Amino acid sequence: MNKTTDVVDRDEPVEIGSGEIWSLRLYVAGSTPKSVAAFANLKRICERHLAGKYTIEVIDLLEQPQLAAGDQILAIPTLVRKLPEPLRRIVGDLRDTERTLVGLNLRPATDA
Amino acid sequence: MTTTAGDVNARARELAKAPSGIEGLDEITGGGLPAGRPTLVCGGAGCGKTLFAMEFLVRGAIQHGEPGVFVTFEETGRELTDNTRSLGFDLDELIRDKKLVLDFVRVERSEIEEVGDYDLDGLFIRIGHAIDSIGARRVVLDTIEALFGGLSNAGILRAELRRLFRWLKDKGVTTVITGERGEGTLTRHGLEEYVSDCVILLDNRVIEQVSTRRLRIVKYRGSAHGTNEYPFLIDRNGISVLPITSLSLQHEVSDERIPTGIARLDAMLSGGGYYRGSTVLVSGTAGSGKSSLAAHFANACCARGERCLYVALEESPAQIVRNMRSIGIDLTPWVAKDLLRFHATRSGMYGLEMHLAVIHKLVAEFAPRAVVIDPISNLNQSGTHIDATAMLTRLIDFLKLEQITAVMTSLTSGGGALEQSEANISSLVDAWLLLRDIEIYGERNRAMYIIKSRGMAHSNQLREFLLTDRGIDLQDVYRGEEGVLTGSARQSQEARERAGALRRQQEVEAKERELDRKRAALETRILALRKEFEAEEEEARRVIRQDEASVEVIRENRLRMAVSRKADRAPEARSRKTEETRA
Repeated sequence: MNKTTDVVDRDEPVEIGSGEIWSLRLYVAGSTPKSVAAFANLKRICERHLAGKYTIEVIDLLEQPQLAAGDQILAIPTLVRKLPEPLRRIVGDLRDTERTLVGLNLRPATDA
Repeated sequence: MTTTAGDVNARARELAKAPSGIEGLDEITGGGLPAGRPTLVCGGAGCGKTLFAMEFLVRGAIQHGEPGVFVTFEETGRELTDNTRSLGFDLDELIRDKKLVLDFVRVERSEIEEVGDYDLDGLFIRIGHAIDSIGARRVVLDTIEALFGGLSNAGILRAELRRLFRWLKDKGVTTVITGERGEGTLTRHGLEEYVSDCVILLDNRVIEQVSTRRLRIVKYRGSAHGTNEYPFLIDRNGISVLPITSLSLQHEVSDERIPTGIARLDAMLSGGGYYRGSTVLVSGTAGSGKSSLAAHFANACCARGERCLYVALEESPAQIVRNMRSIGIDLTPWVAKDLLRFHATRSGMYGLEMHLAVIHKLVAEFAPRAVVIDPISNLNQSGTHIDATAMLTRLIDFLKLEQITAVMTSLTSGGGALEQSEANISSLVDAWLLLRDIEIYGERNRAMYIIKSRGMAHSNQLREFLLTDRGIDLQDVYRGEEGVLTGSARQSQEARERAGALRRQQEVEAKERELDRKRAALETRILALRKEFEAEEEEARRVIRQDEASVEVIRENRLRMAVSRKADRAPEARSRKTEETRA
């Protein structure tokens, strides 16, 4: 919990309530380099910004293809922020931390 | 250039085809869409792409035992189900029976953030899963270009689409991919680059406020196909494409004769009536009895127990029934027995192609032995004259192929240009009856004659055409010195001819009297002249006598003078002088 304050680099949005749990779901299709990279990047970002407040569920569509329709999965890899609402979707290997943070609504898109 | 059915069949053996189930399309394509390959169906908004794709799936599932997957990017499954229910497709039932899977892929740019590299494996897996869940043989992607609206990385998209189509081909499913038509390209995002096996273009054109749907096969790799634009219909039975441009002149002919419904007309047509499967044109001015003639034919047809389709382009069915009752033809029992079916529509309702398409469809549904089109001249209003002729050519060709006897009426504007204006149609028809008004002495009468009737020795005589309360009656006309006469003019002409004969008799007598008088006058004058001459002669003789007397006096005087001068040659001189006087 202490780390939450540590990760505030710049203008960290503070609407994350203390008891709030981030429920994230990463859709992959087998162990492709993109999927592996996406998981690694996500893990790193969460540890840094949401330590202890998140869960990551990795769904391999090769094993559970029926789950693709439910979350409107099109691209692989896709990260879905189930909670907090509203639902957000980020496709790609998440190599750009800043844009991932914006996509997850951890940072307002004020840049540029 | 037209491709014969034989060619298409020969090629069809080389390439496996999946019957589309869409009426008419399989004829044009020689069997259907390329089996196990993707087909691109493109066209503008509202041209029927989605319906085309849906019908392909539904017909495949119901008629050909090929389950299908419909991947929609634009409408939700619910919307699709509702929209297609109006066309008689119950998608829910198909889904329950595991013959169909609907998958709505929602692509919303505002919901998607793109960070880094990705591929469309998710879509592949979804489609693959849907295919596997019901063992689908057919797939529709409608409209996959929506991906370009949802994802910004066109480079990835293009590569992935190429891979997708290849993957679908490898899976051996017959796929229909729809695409929105772009400016100057078949599809907005150039999908035609990736789908090279078969491309079908749908079009909904509006010409002179009348819209016509058309379908054209732009390409079909490895197969012969019809290259024309074919009109198509969307109605409660789905899409029907009308392969009606095949002008092969291969139709069979029949020697069977069918009555015209008018005994006297049958007699004029060498005793039998029209040939079955022939096309009869009945032309005439307004009110000359064209519809009545056509109704007689329809009535006779139904009386024989044969179905007849009556295409009314001018009057409502109720009006036709009422009017025909007034001349003793009751069509209502035939309508009740479904032997006679009316199709009434304004000719301006839709384009020529559509009229043709509708008639085509009705004929296919109702399977009539005879068709009445009343009148075809109205079709000129829905297109140019050339278009109308082309359409009629196709219609006649189609009806002949089906061995359907057709009676078409045509309203002519009257005057000398009447035959001229219909020359182009008349060459297509087998028999041509002309109804004509003969207007004399404040009375209009109808007359009919046969301009031509192919393959029979028909009467060349004009008949007076009477509309009685017992139907049409054909009467011999009066043939006199002043041509053909009908009605009361015929009677008055006979009276007039009698009067004329009497008058001529009187004229002859008068002339003879005149001659006599002239002869008498002439003789009188001859007499007078003779008398005058005699008088003149008498006078002349009197003068001569006086002259001779005076000559005698001179001669005697001269003699007396010579005697006094003692002349000696006097007798000779005297004789010469006498001769001169006499001459």
